Amino acid sequence: MKRILISVGLITTFLFSFACQPTGGGDKVRIGVFMSLTGSTANFGISSVNGIKMAAEEVNTAGGINGKQIELLVEDDRSDASEAATIVTKFVTQDQVHAVLGEVASSRSIAAAPIAQNAKIPMLTPSSTNPEVTRKGDFIFRSCFIDPVQGAAIGQFAAKSLNAKRAAIMVDRKNDYSTGLANNITETFTQMGGQMVATTSYQEGDQDFNAQLTSIKGANPEVIFVPGYYNDVGLIAKQARDRGITVPLLGGDGWDSAQLYAIGGKALNGSFFSNHYSPYDTDPKVQKFVNDYKARYNTVPDALAATAYDAAHIMFDAIKRANSLDGQAIRNALAATNAFPGVTGTVTFNENRDAVKPIIMIEIKDGGTYAVRERVEVEGAAAPTTATASPATEASPATGASPATGASPAAASSSPAATSSPAATRSPATAVSPAKPAATATP
Amino acid sequence: MSTFLQQLINGVSLGAIYSLIALGYTMVYGVLKLINFAHGDVYMVGAFMGYYLANGLGARGAQMLGAGADGFIARGLLGSGAMEPSLITALVVMLLAMAICAALGVVIERFAYRPVRKYSRLTALITAIGVSLLLENGGQVLFGADPKFFPELFTKQNFNIFGGASINSADIVVLIIALALMVALQLIVYRSKTGRAMRAVSFNLQSAKLMGINTDRIIMFTFALGSALAAAAGVLVAIRIPRIDPLMGILVGLKAFVAAVLGGIGNIPGAMLGGLLIGITETMVVGYLSPTYKDAVAFAILILILLFRPSGLLGAVAQEKV
Repeated sequence: MKRILISVGLITTFLFSFACQPTGGGDKVRIGVFMSLTGSTANFGISSVNGIKMAAEEVNTAGGINGKQIELLVEDDRSDASEAATIVTKFVTQDQVHAVLGEVASSRSIAAAPIAQNAKIPMLTPSSTNPEVTRKGDFIFRSCFIDPVQGAAIGQFAAKSLNAKRAAIMVDRKNDYSTGLANNITETFTQMGGQMVATTSYQEGDQDFNAQLTSIKGANPEVIFVPGYYNDVGLIAKQARDRGITVPLLGGDGWDSAQLYAIGGKALNGSFFSNHYSPYDTDPKVQKFVNDYKARYNTVPDALAATAYDAAHIMFDAIKRANSLDGQAIRNALAATNAFPGVTGTVTFNENRDAVKPIIMIEIKDGGTYAVRERVEVEGAAAPTTATASPATEASPATGASPATGASPAAASSSPAATSSPAATRSPATAVSPAKPAATATP
Repeated sequence: MSTFLQQLINGVSLGAIYSLIALGYTMVYGVLKLINFAHGDVYMVGAFMGYYLANGLGARGAQMLGAGADGFIARGLLGSGAMEPSLITALVVMLLAMAICAALGVVIERFAYRPVRKYSRLTALITAIGVSLLLENGGQVLFGADPKFFPELFTKQNFNIFGGASINSADIVVLIIALALMVALQLIVYRSKTGRAMRAVSFNLQSAKLMGINTDRIIMFTFALGSALAAAAGVLVAIRIPRIDPLMGILVGLKAFVAAVLGGIGNIPGAMLGGLLIGITETMVVGYLSPTYKDAVAFAILILILLFRPSGLLGAVAQEKV
C-alpha cells in the first residue's frame, strides 16, 4: 500500500512539473493554430497551415518579433467542431499560447471562439465568413470579408452582371456558413428585382442530388446558387449537367480548392464563385507570395493559403506593435490594425473586428482555368480599392499544381510509362496532400 | 408529369443501390440469423479497392483534371498498353474488388464471428458493431480521411426517354448488374448443392452438421458471397457517384438494412423490392416535401414495418417455436 502511495505521489509530482513547464519559457511567441488537417474539409486546413507556416518562417528568419522567435503549435481538429473546442481549451490552459489562429469553417470557429474569449487570448480567424464568429467577444477577429458582404456580392453579380431574374438555391442546411450565405444572397438578389423560384437543401456528405435537381429543373431558373463546399459542389454540378440543367452555378469561397475541378470537371465550365484573392493577380506583392509558396510547397496557393498567410502576418504585426505578450495588449494592437498591406487586399478592421476589403468573382473556364471576371464593390461595405488585378488574366491552376509539369521527382525516375501512371491519375490528391509537395519542394 | 417521371427514375436508380447492399445483409441473416453491421463498411472497402485497382489499371482519372498536360499523359498511357476505359475495365475492376472483399469477409468471419458463434446472438451482434467500427477507423488510417474521387471507368451518357425525362447509362448499368446478381444469388441458393447446404445450415445448424455438412465451410462461403456483393455495390455506386470516403458505408448500410427488413429479412427478392421502395420514397420526399426529412424517411418506414408487419413485405410469417 505504501509503495503504491509513493509511486502515485511520484507520478503526480512528475505530471505537475510537466504541466508547469510551458509557463517558464518566455523567450518564444507561442501561436496556437487549429485547422482541419483531416476529414471532409481537409484541403482547407492543409492550405491554411501551409500559409501560416510560411509567414512564421519569414518572420523568424528576419529575426522574429522584437527579437523573439515564433513557435507554432499546429493541431488537427479532424473537421469536427467539438474537437476544435477541445484543442483551443488545450491551447489556453495547457500550452498557454499568446494568440490563436483558426479555423476555416465558421461552425468550428464559433465552437472555439468562446473559449479564447473567456481566457482573454486573442483569436484571429483567417477565413470564417459567418458574422456570428466575431460576435462571440471582443478578443475574436477576422481578416476576411463576412458572409453578408460576400452574399451581397454574389447576389448583386447575378442580378446586375448576369441579368438573372429567376434563381434557384441549394443550401447545405446543417452548415452555418452555407445557411448564412444563402440568406444574404437571397436578400440581395430579391432586393435587386430577382425572384427565388426554387429553394432546396442537402446535407454535407450527401451523394445523390438528383431529386433536388429535378425539382429545380422544373422551376426553370436562370442561375443556381450553391453556397456550399467544394466536395459537394463538384458532385452537384456533375449531376445537374447529367439532368440536362445548363444554367451557371454560383457560389462563394467554399468552392476554392484544386479538387473542385477534379470532381466536377467540365460540368463546372461557365460557373462563378466569389473569392478573397486570385493567384493570377499581377500585383508584385501577390506574385512574390505565389512564387515563394510554389517554391516551398510545389503548388499554386489557393485563397485559403493566402488569407491564412495574411492572418498570420497581421497577428505577428499586432504582437510587434503591442511590444508585449499580454493578451489584452495584443488584442488592442490587433484592433488598431489600419490598412495592413496583405496579399488578399488592404486590411482594416471595422468596429465589429471584421476586415473590410474587396471581393472578386472568378469564372471557371474549360480545363479548370480561372479568370477574374469582376471586382465587386458591394454598396455600403466601404471597401478600400486596390486597382491591381487585370480582369483578363487567365491561367490554369490544374496545370500549375499538377506533377505532370515536370516538377514531380517520381516521373523522373525509371521508365516514364510505368511511373507516370499513378502520378497522372492521382494528381488531384497530390495537389492537396501536405506531405508530398512539402517533401519534394524544389530546393 | 415529366418531373414526376424523372423523380421516379431517380428513385429507382437510388433504390437499386440500396437493393444491392441489402442483398448481402439478407443473405447472411438468412443463413446465420446474424445482422452483419460491418456489411456497410465492407461496401466501403469494396469502393476503395475499386479506386486503387482502377488507378492501377490506368483508367482515365487523369483526364478528369481536364488539364492539357494531363490529358496528354493519359493519351500516352492508353497508347502504352494501359486499359482503355470501358465497360470491360469496369467489370474487371468490379470482379477483382469482389474477390478481395470476399477474402476480407472470410477473414472477418474466421477471426471475429466464429470465436463467438457458440455464445448468444447478442454477442455476435455486438461483435459485428465492433468490426464495423474497426473497418471505419482502420479505413481512415489506411486510406486517409479525406474524400477520394473515383476515376471514370466508362463514358457516361444520357438517354432521353419519353415525356422529357432522361436516364443515365451509369444508372442502367447499376440496375442491370443488380438484377443479374440477384438472379445469380437466387440460383446459387436454390439450385446448387452449396445452396442446399446453406439452406440446411439456415434451418438447423446442428442437424446440418449431423447430415455431414461442413458447416464452417458453408458459413465461410456465405460471408464470402455477401462481402463480394457488398464490394460490387461499392464499385457500382462509386461509378455512379464518384466521391468515396471511409465513412460512406454507415448511412447507406443502415438504409440498406431497413430495405432488407422492409422486404422481409432473409428473403432475396424482398431485399430487392425493399431497396427500390426505400429509394423511391426517399426521392419523392426530397422532391415533393422537404429534403430535411430525407434521412428520417427510411427509419420511419423501419418503425412502421416493425409495428405492423415485422416479417416484412415478402417474408414468411415466422412461427415462434414454443
